[in-house]
Amino acid sequence: MLILRKILNFYVDGFRSMTIGKRLWLIILIKLFIIFVVFRLFFFPDILKTKFDTDKERGDYVIEQLTKEK
Amino acid sequence: MDTFGLTVVEWSRAQFALTAMYHWIFVPLTLGTSFIVAIMMTIYVKTGKEIWKNITKFWMTLFGINFAIGVATGIILEFEFGTNWSNYSWFVGDIFGAPLAIEGIMAFFLESTFIAILFFGWGRVSKKFHLLSAWLVAIGSNLSALWILVANAWMQNPVGTVFNPDTARNEMTNFWDVLFSPTAINKFLHTISSAYVLSAIFVVGVSAWFLLKNRRIVFAKKSMLIGAVFGLISAFYMFLTGDESARRVFNDQPMKFAAMEGLYNGEVNAPLVVIGLMKKTPTPENPNMNEFAFKFEIPNMLSYMAALDPNAFVPGIHDLVHGNDEQDILSYYERIRMGKLAIKALSDYKLAKEISRDREAQRHLRIFNENYKYFGYGYYNDPHHLIPNVPLVFYSFHIMVGLGTHFLILFIVVLFFLYKRDILKARWLNYVSLLTIPLAYIASQAGWMVAEFGRQPWVVQDLMPTLSAVSNIESKSVIVTFIMFAIVFTVLLIAEIKIMLSQIVKESKAEEE
Repeated sequence: MLILRKILNFYVDGFRSMTIGKRLWLIILIKLFIIFVVFRLFFFPDILKTKFDTDKERGDYVIEQLTKEK
Repeated sequence: MDTFGLTVVEWSRAQFALTAMYHWIFVPLTLGTSFIVAIMMTIYVKTGKEIWKNITKFWMTLFGINFAIGVATGIILEFEFGTNWSNYSWFVGDIFGAPLAIEGIMAFFLESTFIAILFFGWGRVSKKFHLLSAWLVAIGSNLSALWILVANAWMQNPVGTVFNPDTARNEMTNFWDVLFSPTAINKFLHTISSAYVLSAIFVVGVSAWFLLKNRRIVFAKKSMLIGAVFGLISAFYMFLTGDESARRVFNDQPMKFAAMEGLYNGEVNAPLVVIGLMKKTPTPENPNMNEFAFKFEIPNMLSYMAALDPNAFVPGIHDLVHGNDEQDILSYYERIRMGKLAIKALSDYKLAKEISRDREAQRHLRIFNENYKYFGYGYYNDPHHLIPNVPLVFYSFHIMVGLGTHFLILFIVVLFFLYKRDILKARWLNYVSLLTIPLAYIASQAGWMVAEFGRQPWVVQDLMPTLSAVSNIESKSVIVTFIMFAIVFTVLLIAEIKIMLSQIVKESKAEEE
């Protein structure tokens, strides 16, 4: 428990004493929100996972795509 | 469907290029400065001198800014695989899965744990443990890069795998073949050494700005010394690995090699074009039109570079397209024929399996296996569509090599002035050093352009072209996200430059130790 508390204090003190780091963390958090919430949820669905339920269906679909006339 | 004159393949390629190129603005600086910071901290721990502590802290701050702005920008590429490149993603899934999973675990445990100790550890942990953290951050960052570069190398030279026609996926047969393929080893070493050179130029260039402003002279000279020595060693290594990479390309991707040199007609004792300006390039209608406005060549050098033999035959683009019996080169026409057989056999195999005609299925499978090597060629009728954009590859290659040479010379000159002359008075050299920073980024991007444009139309060499890798989606959705990425990445880049500049100016105003 003492070690865990020491580790926790290490991080808490580190974050508190940051200067430029606070601004960087804000940028990181905004960026992660845009990437993982906005982009991932609304603009980047995994096409094969969304369209099909099983790997067999996905495999069949890709073979169909690979072998159809381009 | 075309939108603004571009197909979904072209929009998806443009989007991938945009995100990859922006991502690669941040990555090389992280890879190199992490080691430069570790070296500086080692000197501080060894000498105990305050100035080295300040030097380490300053470059660590710039490293931290770059790391923070750049982190997770690469994850977008993985999103694009799932959405825009779903056929490709499925086709290579098992190969990418293992390296990317290892990368994720490594990045998480090594970087995120020790980066906190690196930044928060001043006075809170022992000097030796702090130093160990600095080295582990550097090693962790570079190992993270290893895995994605291994995945990229597999696309350039697919080894250690077998295609399963039942699942349409490539399955790994030997992890070590994938990891230690000569292409992967060279790609990793050449990429990280070029990243070290870029970082060294960044350190030398920023230090030169301090000298031009006549501020923090000792601080700047010591930083510059570390940057120049690290840069010089890295530059030598970059040329060695680059030389070996060229041989790998000659063996595995001869079309890319020919495009790099604008070589249309193969020859023995092939000369290396050191500098050249392309005037006219061949077209399918006029295949012999290949003129340089001017060119400076080194006789026999290309043959030597390709095969370590000055008399070796180097195939040109025409040799690859039309074949060359004398040199035992199979024509693209023949490869197209074999590719079409493979595609048809895969379709027939699947059909025969569905209706349980096992003997028939086995016959189609045999035809498929015999021709699978050229599977991707089967999507084309005209072999001229299998030629990359030659001028783009040629100029990218020559810009990369030319600037690389400039960097090597710069490090030597900087070290000469640091030891033998007063670099403070050599303002021209400090201006050159400062102005070389953007050139390092141009060279780095040009290197990737050679690698990626040079292998077009292939996503996976000889097996999967971009047109069969792309998802069956509307190009409009790709355009929307293309614009969004362009905005987000540009904002991030502006933020990075602004925050870095403010830190550099702030440091320049501090008192000299």
